[in-house]
Amino acid sequence: MPDHQLIVVGGGLAGLRAAIEAQEEGVDVAILSQVHPGRSHSGAAQGGVNAALANNPDGHDDSPEKHAFDTIKGSDYLADQPAALQMTTDAVPAIYQMEHWGCPFSRYDDGRISQRPFGGAGYPRTCYGADKTGHYLLHTLVEQTYRRQIRQYIEWFVCRLIVDDGICRGVIAYNMTKGGFEEFRAEGVIMATGGAGRTFAKTTNSMISTGGGAAMAYHAGVPLKDMEFVQFHPTGLYTTHILMTEGCRGEGGYLLNKDGERFMARYAPKAMELAPRDITARSIQTEIIEGRGIDGKDYVYLDLRHLGAEKLADRLPGTRDLAIHFEGVDPVYEPIPIAPAQHYSMGGIDTDVDGRTLMPGLYAAGECGCVTVHGANRLGGNSLLETIVFGRRAGAAAARDILGRERPLGPVKSGGEAGAAVESTIAELAAREGSEDFYAIREEMREAMFAHFGLFRDEATMKAGVDILLDLKQRLKKAKLRYTGSVWNLDMIRTMEFEGMVDVALATASGALVRTESRGSHARTDYTARDDERWLRHTLAYYQPDGGPPRLEYEPVELGLYEPQERKY
Amino acid sequence: MADITFHVRRFDPASGEPPHYEDFVVSVEGSMTVLEALFAIQEQQDGSLAFRYCCRSSICGSCAMYINGRYRLACQTNVLHMGVPRVTVEPLPHVPVVRDLVWDMDDFFEKYESIKPWLIRNSKLPDTEVTQSPEERHKLNMPIDCILCAACYSSCPSVWGEEHFLGPAALLKAYRFEVDSRDEAGKERLPTWDNERGVYRCHTITNCIEACPKELSPTEGIQWLKGSAVRRRLLGRKK
Repeated sequence: MPDHQLIVVGGGLAGLRAAIEAQEEGVDVAILSQVHPGRSHSGAAQGGVNAALANNPDGHDDSPEKHAFDTIKGSDYLADQPAALQMTTDAVPAIYQMEHWGCPFSRYDDGRISQRPFGGAGYPRTCYGADKTGHYLLHTLVEQTYRRQIRQYIEWFVCRLIVDDGICRGVIAYNMTKGGFEEFRAEGVIMATGGAGRTFAKTTNSMISTGGGAAMAYHAGVPLKDMEFVQFHPTGLYTTHILMTEGCRGEGGYLLNKDGERFMARYAPKAMELAPRDITARSIQTEIIEGRGIDGKDYVYLDLRHLGAEKLADRLPGTRDLAIHFEGVDPVYEPIPIAPAQHYSMGGIDTDVDGRTLMPGLYAAGECGCVTVHGANRLGGNSLLETIVFGRRAGAAAARDILGRERPLGPVKSGGEAGAAVESTIAELAAREGSEDFYAIREEMREAMFAHFGLFRDEATMKAGVDILLDLKQRLKKAKLRYTGSVWNLDMIRTMEFEGMVDVALATASGALVRTESRGSHARTDYTARDDERWLRHTLAYYQPDGGPPRLEYEPVELGLYEPQERKY
Repeated sequence: MADITFHVRRFDPASGEPPHYEDFVVSVEGSMTVLEALFAIQEQQDGSLAFRYCCRSSICGSCAMYINGRYRLACQTNVLHMGVPRVTVEPLPHVPVVRDLVWDMDDFFEKYESIKPWLIRNSKLPDTEVTQSPEERHKLNMPIDCILCAACYSSCPSVWGEEHFLGPAALLKAYRFEVDSRDEAGKERLPTWDNERGVYRCHTITNCIEACPKELSPTEGIQWLKGSAVRRRLLGRKK
């Protein structure tokens, strides 16, 4: 039964950054991760990370305020404005710190960090390392955790929170390598488990982006915020949905329909291919719906040919490799078939700017959390930024709370109970009748989410979608755990994951159905306008143990910097 | 669409049974990868199958395996492109197996850690970035793309023969920092790789280059380190 002052669940960028900060503050911290931290999904991020360094000659008068404005406008005014400004202000030192720790950013001739234009940004402020920025940032932080000898429990699957008298006191985790469950007791827990992309059929996300951390917090009574806002990336590879970075368009790539037309001229005449993701993705989808997909099919082209082999080798080498390996297309010579794919969960565990949730002792950072800085639509380059900024802040806040506590919390009381609950859940799963196939249900859910809560939404389709989810939840009770071995039991991990995924999906669906407006990524064909009077507010979804849809509450958006206005690009 | 037989090595050390192979037939179409086929087997045929996975887009390094006698990432390997009706899937050879296709990473990451895989700076840091010219940055292009999948490590005969040899991946990481214009390790990192466990055990067999799914060249890095060690020892140079 390992004891630490602070447990960080998840070893991606947010979790690693949180752990480093907490350790620097003097707290005994440990990271629990389902995969080696270097394998986390943060590493799949490609195009870059935003900060108003003003290194690009075209952006010499950039500032955190301008970055905040772009972020807020991009969010369709659902971002909490002070939080957005906090992020963009912290951004500049955060990037320099990553550089000081060794991150290999691409460089200008004068040796400063290169910055490229990105969607929805008034200035070229996206710092990058070729098109593998996430990989480079992630490995930099992995290196720093080794340097600091931060304790890492690798290939431990966290399955439940330990909550004593309303305070989060640790987790129960499955030891994948040795088998068995263990109780990790602590004075605080930071969730940094990433997004829930796998709840959708077509997603750019990794296989482990299942919303596990959000589900655990949700099941423990912590609300999920703004879950209905789901980002669809404009350019997923057609057959595999693997990400083609926004950097492709930042470097000058075109989007073309079957007539070879740069159709973005009709949707965002000024920004063209560099409109924000929600608008660009819907424009592509509209072309497809109206029959202008390539060969009338459901994809369009991302054309990089005019950039030339040399520029592709310098700026977009990973993109070229991915297109060749996974689509059989060499972007030097051929346009790349792409279509929108789920990419990012704007919503997540409700937190403040220091990662604190409504449950004392529980914190969240990165994609599993929701501060909120992305509102209804995240700008490209702001998610990597969010991880290092809010990871640091959550680590610092957790450490301060632990070290500043006047009276000790005392021994953990309910650890045994939580462990027993996990074991009885497993026993129950194994004892089910087994008339349903759990993996078939999982695929049905993912298809339903994409079909009913995709780029365009309406009342009837969403209502039917909620009914499907509720029905799947009933059928799930008849799906059985088929393998009960102790070591590397994927059947058990994936079953436990799915029990959370379906509830996270239901939170997304329920929030979407009720919100009778179009805002950012939430685009309704029956309510096409933004409705600030009714809906300039955050959704909070509370889990209902009876299995029904969540209880929804609302809270106002924090404004104060910029008056909401119509978004035009 | 084609029915492909996956001949998969199964092993559970706890069972006391020796390793064995099992055949699974999967209907394969279009772009299906070996990783997707393994999921199809785990979901539809045998829930006990164990393998690593994460990004499914060749950047996380989880799913390096030995597939039809070659080192490959399962996620990057299109089944039909192999053009054979039978695909043998085995864990990385020459490393201990935890279960089925999952191998024990402990030694691999212990060696990684031993070379001090982080940027070492001694002088005062500026308020902004430490500058680096594009030419200096260019030298990092190859080694920073390593995904630590360990295909090279598993393929290296010098690792097979000498369990303490650091192996290609750890040494490539050492090279990544030694060659970085911002690194000020001086002699701090040198003893970690300029020793009997380090670069001199590389006999330029170059299996690592052939094995690397990212087409990197650990050998090149190791040879640079050897030269650097000589330059430092005999000529008193800094790198």
